[in-house]
Amino acid sequence: MKTNRRTFVGGISAAAMLSGSRSAFAQKKYDNGATDKEVKIGHTNPYSGPASSYGVIGKCIEAYWKSVNDRGGVNGRKINFITLDDSYSPPKTVEVVRQLVEQDKVLCTFNTLGTPTNTAIHKYMNQKKVPQLFVATGASKWGNPKEFPWTMGYQPDYHTEAVIYAKHILANVKDAKIGVLMQNDDYGKDYWEGFKEGMGKEAGRIVKHVTYEVTDPTVDSQVIQLKDTGANVFFNIAIPKFAAQAMRKAAEIGWRPAQYLNNVSGQVTTTMKPAGFENVQGVITAAWLKDPTDHQWDNDEELKIWRTWMAKYMPNGNLGDVNYVYAYSVSFLMEQTLKKCGDDLTHENLMRQAANHQKLRVPGLLPGITVSTSPTDFYPVQAVQLQRFKGESWELFGEIMHAESS
Amino acid sequence: MEQFLQQVASGLANGAIYACVALALVMIYVSTDHINFAQGEMAMFSTYISWQLMSWGISFWIAFILAVVLSFILGVVIERVILRPLHNAPVLSIVVVFIGLLAIFNSVAGAIWSYLIKEYPSPFPKSSFGIAGVIGPHQLGVVLVTLIVLGLLFAFFRYTPLGLAMRAAAQNPQMARLVGVRVDWMLALGWGLAAAVGAVAGIMVAHIVYLDPNMMAGILLYAFAGALVGGIGNPGGAVLGGFIVGVLENMVAFAGNQIEKTTGIYIIGNGEKLTVALIIVIFVLTVRPAGIFGRVVVKRV
Amino acid sequence: MTASTKKWLWLVLALAFLVPLLRPVLPDLVSDYRLFLVSTMMIAGIAVLGLNLLTGFNGQISLGHGAFYAVGAYTAAVLMDHLDMPYWLTLPCAAIVCFIVGYLFGLPALKLEGHYLALATFALALAVPQILKYKWLEGLTGGVQGIVLNKPEVPFGLPLTEDQWLYYYILIVMVLLYWAAANMLNSRSGRAMMAIRDYTIAAGTMGIDTSLYKTVTFGISAAYTGIAGALSASAIAFVAPDSFNIFLSIKFLIGLVVGGIGSLVGSVVGGIFYVLVDNSAQALSTFAKNDLGLQFDLSAYTVFGILLIVLMYLMPMGIVGGVYYLVQGLRSSMRSPEAKAQAARKQHATR
Repeated sequence: MKTNRRTFVGGISAAAMLSGSRSAFAQKKYDNGATDKEVKIGHTNPYSGPASSYGVIGKCIEAYWKSVNDRGGVNGRKINFITLDDSYSPPKTVEVVRQLVEQDKVLCTFNTLGTPTNTAIHKYMNQKKVPQLFVATGASKWGNPKEFPWTMGYQPDYHTEAVIYAKHILANVKDAKIGVLMQNDDYGKDYWEGFKEGMGKEAGRIVKHVTYEVTDPTVDSQVIQLKDTGANVFFNIAIPKFAAQAMRKAAEIGWRPAQYLNNVSGQVTTTMKPAGFENVQGVITAAWLKDPTDHQWDNDEELKIWRTWMAKYMPNGNLGDVNYVYAYSVSFLMEQTLKKCGDDLTHENLMRQAANHQKLRVPGLLPGITVSTSPTDFYPVQAVQLQRFKGESWELFGEIMHAESS
Repeated sequence: MEQFLQQVASGLANGAIYACVALALVMIYVSTDHINFAQGEMAMFSTYISWQLMSWGISFWIAFILAVVLSFILGVVIERVILRPLHNAPVLSIVVVFIGLLAIFNSVAGAIWSYLIKEYPSPFPKSSFGIAGVIGPHQLGVVLVTLIVLGLLFAFFRYTPLGLAMRAAAQNPQMARLVGVRVDWMLALGWGLAAAVGAVAGIMVAHIVYLDPNMMAGILLYAFAGALVGGIGNPGGAVLGGFIVGVLENMVAFAGNQIEKTTGIYIIGNGEKLTVALIIVIFVLTVRPAGIFGRVVVKRV
Repeated sequence: MTASTKKWLWLVLALAFLVPLLRPVLPDLVSDYRLFLVSTMMIAGIAVLGLNLLTGFNGQISLGHGAFYAVGAYTAAVLMDHLDMPYWLTLPCAAIVCFIVGYLFGLPALKLEGHYLALATFALALAVPQILKYKWLEGLTGGVQGIVLNKPEVPFGLPLTEDQWLYYYILIVMVLLYWAAANMLNSRSGRAMMAIRDYTIAAGTMGIDTSLYKTVTFGISAAYTGIAGALSASAIAFVAPDSFNIFLSIKFLIGLVVGGIGSLVGSVVGGIFYVLVDNSAQALSTFAKNDLGLQFDLSAYTVFGILLIVLMYLMPMGIVGGVYYLVQGLRSSMRSPEAKAQAARKQHATR
């Protein structure tokens, strides 16, 4: 298994911290995009097209920087945040990212969204040696500092998450016969590969693997096929709309397997409620963010702060959308990273500081989950906790799992 | 066997969705000779209107009626304001205008109601009866509503003077004008009717696919295919075409599934079902260019 | 083509060749990014040109030219990735493959007209990304992950940057293709193509093999668009099924209509517009928000829609058509009433 990415060696990171903090107080050094007055950060997001539901992430990040600027900026510098629409089309992403890097001359790009879109600019950013920080995709390829030292991911990757489900199934379901529904693109593929890897020798237990396209109106036909195989475990790799359809359809046709749902669709209002609470009892998923629609967080301090912040800076934002928590958390991490850079705002130092977080608490993450990075560990958040659906909300159970413990 | 039945039933249920949208496409085509690419987005918008009304506490059927009426008005306004000045523009220019409308409706709906999916209630009782497990009550309801709408349209065109005038205006505008039909208004009326039928379609579909601004993107193509298979000028044909496409698509997946099961070789599956279904549709069209139920128009040279 | 338009074309061409050389003087104006942007415009221009040959000059509607673009791009990518073929050699290969695909698709298309052809091509555009993901082709196409490529290197030690070289490379290809298209349209075959568009039956009775012409035109049109796809694979250095969704085909159509149906110059204008409209919609959207102080968010996609409709209002015949009539109108208003009437008659005839 190649999940030992998190080779967390205390000595190395301590040394990195020392060198990092020392350079932070050196004299002012700037690369393109940073001056005494401002720091330019670039961003791409699908504001139009099929993936436009992610558009709120860009809006929220924009509002976050506005709030930072209202507080006086980072180390006295205002953040000039430029966000452009790439409509989830890789060629368009190349075009707008080149605009950001060469025309607007940003210090870095931040949280550019989508796996194919980030793949299209991966090589370019590393050739230009401009940081491509905290990309908004769960693919496993973003934490490869040897070959791509200028790119860093953010969230736990799909691959590892799927391995965790596989282990859980093998440990808890007797005579598992598994049916898999998968979105036919690289997001689905990443989960699928991870799942197969996690099953290891037991991969024969996967009795059926069906796919759907995002343009399909429904996945009814696929669910019927899965039921027909007599599977007693259902691994649901689908975005909220189709995940909800699938769980509802399964109940409608009387298929009652043990259900595992990918984290992408783990929100109460956008997946579980539309699927019907009575149909989704006992569904298991992995989480790393606090779901704002889950009542267990109603009195959570961090989310309270987040809600007041939302009321001020995103008054029209839907408080039930976990994407806002996501955007808030990743922006917080970016702000902390910039703070640590001090007056040395060069591409190199930015990368050095990004790879130098020790157990940083980021608001919005589940209790006990922190951000740690090192020059060899480019996976900021790499822990998840399993949760089971009960009544109208999720119930966390078990321990927080890091990649190596899965 | 159980799978076969379930696949057919689910195909019929999907087919009902396609049929509903196909009806709206046919309405515009019959009255204006255009295929409205924005039809799906307009239907989506109407559905949001009804959702908004319901969230203000109005009951389902009243919201339904209000949304249909508002959509009718919206359709008439779009024709009068946006398409009227382009009367003499080439067909493809009109297509571009439709694409523009599509973009506007999609993004405005996203801006007002966000892109998150919303659950949409079903007006039909949640009872389980004899064929439960094969086809749900809502699906049956959709089939029923589609047939009712079809019946109403048929009666309207067949038995009312207004319906006759509309047909005349579409088929031979000059002659219709000579006998006193206000052709301009007939076109606008056609748009209004199409928008209203679209609203019905959207409201029926939303419970199944959930409400979001992109919900019609995939469906429109199927509806388009269904309408053409049945014969684009024929409402009844369009409905049947919708059902055919829905069932055919599931049958392709089913057949691929069975082949894989018996021979162990993957040839076609869910990823290719749309492609194969479309190939079959196109093949049918090359044999019967006017659609299965369309009448061949003999052109005088 | 009149002599004056020809003069203009030469001028534009000379400028296109010379402007990148101004870099030492105006480094900001002719930056690598700008050249890259113009390169993408030219690629789109070639793709629209291909579509125009089919729709504008032969009267067959296609809503699916993105499919040929994808086939071209993937042909180039697969050849470069698996066979290490030099990038310039992939162009003829892509052209041949796309010609064959287009020709074969043109055969059943003979039976289809109008909306039915629109559906068939629409279906093609939908099917191609799915075929690229097909299980048995995955080894070749890279499946959903696509293929990452290298950008073309500058040959012969020329003192150019990668983007400058790419620009000239694409410019040369475009000029050649444009010249070939212009010659073809001016020949017997070209007139036959247009005769079929204007009156198929009459063309048939005059001894034109309409089926052959239609299918071959389909092939040539697909080859043009395929070459554009192959160029884009080199320029973007990445191909994936997500790059070729249905909206790509629709954008080509928009480029065609906005540029001018049945006009070669219009194709290039359409290509430019195709790239510009996105960027300008975004700029307008930010402008409306920040400078006009609009209370609500006017998204770029909304602006895009409004732009399209307004453009069709102002110039239903496309930009080239619109400019043509504008120039005609200006000229005739300066002439005597007699000449005016003559011009009007002429204008009517050209319509």
